[in-house]
Amino acid sequence: MPDPTAPPLVAASVLSSFDPLCGPIGLLQLLPDASLLACGAEGWGDEIASGFFITVTLSLATLPVGLTLGFFLALAKISAAPSLRLAANIYTTIFRGLPELLTIFLIFYGLQIGLQQLAVALGIDATFEINAFFAGLIALALVFSAFASEVLASAFKAIPAGQYEGAAALGLRSRTVMRLIILPQLIRIALPGLGNLWMNLLKDTALISVIGLSDTLRQTGIAARITKEPFFFFGIACLLYLALAMLSSLVTSHLENRYKRAEQR
Amino acid sequence: MSHVTELLPPAPPPPETKGRVTPAKIIGWVLVAAWFLAGVALAAWLIGAWDIDKIALYGPKYLSGLWVTIELVVICILLGAIISIPVCYGRMSQNRVLSAFAYAYVYFFRGTPLIAQLFLIYYGFGSFRSELEAIGLWTIFRDAWNCALFAFSLNTAAYQAEILRGAIESIPRGQFEGAKALGLNRFHTFRKIILPQAMIVALRPYGNEIILMIKASAIVSIVTVFDLMGETRRAFSRTFDFQTYIWAAVFYLVIVEMLRNIWVVLENRLTRHLKR
Repeated sequence: MPDPTAPPLVAASVLSSFDPLCGPIGLLQLLPDASLLACGAEGWGDEIASGFFITVTLSLATLPVGLTLGFFLALAKISAAPSLRLAANIYTTIFRGLPELLTIFLIFYGLQIGLQQLAVALGIDATFEINAFFAGLIALALVFSAFASEVLASAFKAIPAGQYEGAAALGLRSRTVMRLIILPQLIRIALPGLGNLWMNLLKDTALISVIGLSDTLRQTGIAARITKEPFFFFGIACLLYLALAMLSSLVTSHLENRYKRAEQR
Repeated sequence: MSHVTELLPPAPPPPETKGRVTPAKIIGWVLVAAWFLAGVALAAWLIGAWDIDKIALYGPKYLSGLWVTIELVVICILLGAIISIPVCYGRMSQNRVLSAFAYAYVYFFRGTPLIAQLFLIYYGFGSFRSELEAIGLWTIFRDAWNCALFAFSLNTAAYQAEILRGAIESIPRGQFEGAKALGLNRFHTFRKIILPQAMIVALRPYGNEIILMIKASAIVSIVTVFDLMGETRRAFSRTFDFQTYIWAAVFYLVIVEMLRNIWVVLENRLTRHLKR
């Protein structure tokens, strides 16, 4: 009889074998068992690795949501309809002006209280606990999309009108124009700005630890409190974020070079 | 010899597009109406939930929190500006060691979250308590406010150093060469020729940095400093009233928007000689 829990287990074991910290070829496996960062029950390596995994997952999960939202907001901002531009600008003003921490609290408590009142209104007797990961994803996606819409809107404006006119003269449909003519140029122009936003997103995920998500910062904080070695563990947290920043700058510069090929001759 | 004897009749004007109702306009109206309704609902809720006792109790605390936030941001921006000068000098220096050191400083403070830096200083320096006591600095780093000032100043210094560097590098080489041809020394070249031009380039990034700092200053509430966010969290933990957060949002939005508009005016005024 097939085990219903098998696929997630397989997925988890596949993922854990790629774990750069505590996997089979993980960095921390090199340390002796007595070390503070060892991966077994003694050390804090595996706890920190799980937090690191959550930080990366949260950023990667927020990115597509924020980019999609930001793309549609940017379309609204370059629209000919003033009302659509106004609606998009109100959104940007709010979510760019609020501190990220406040946005997180607003979403976390707001959703919880809102759902509770909805349940009371519908006569359902239940208490809601909003998942910190989910609330964090929404809050970060709102902030990310507000900034991304500015980057994408200015990239849209940087594409000359002749590109649209030429495409129209060729008889292409508007959807095809967007996909084949505008988007490739848009990505090339917007990539440096989006790369910066991605770095900010990575750093902002650390704020979600405040509402109880067990990310890198929270796990290192717990380790710091129990072992009474705060400088060591928060230093490790900083190094982990630094490693992520370095990795992403490698990836973004690679992507930028790739998209720049069209310009080289 | 041929010439035109009669003019072409004028073409009819293109069809009017201005008054037409497009799908984009309809979506726009719906969205603006949704924002408007949300605003009205929020205002109605805030008026309905208006409680004079709570306002009398927490209103002054919010104002004192606001003052703490402003104080923190002003001190950190100024201290950061001072620290950023040697960092920027190191970044632009020909000396390998100096420039590598400055680069590492900037990379660290820009590549890690501010909240992690604050924890590293506020909690982490506790690891060196005996050493700090020996040199008499423990009383400084025991206090959350001083730690926040320290962390935020170092952080903003890294960003400001990059702003300054970008601005100085945007000045064409001819300006340096011209100053040299006039026989100005390095200090006067920098103060009279380079800095005034660089500051105009740096104006907008500096404004953005101040706004980022105002937003980031909310983080100090986590290490028990009662700034605007700290007062908000304290009020919420006592009342469980969601309007505490709404009021904080209103305060922050007003400050940020005010500063942004002041900056637009400032920029228009300072660059009026560049407009044609």
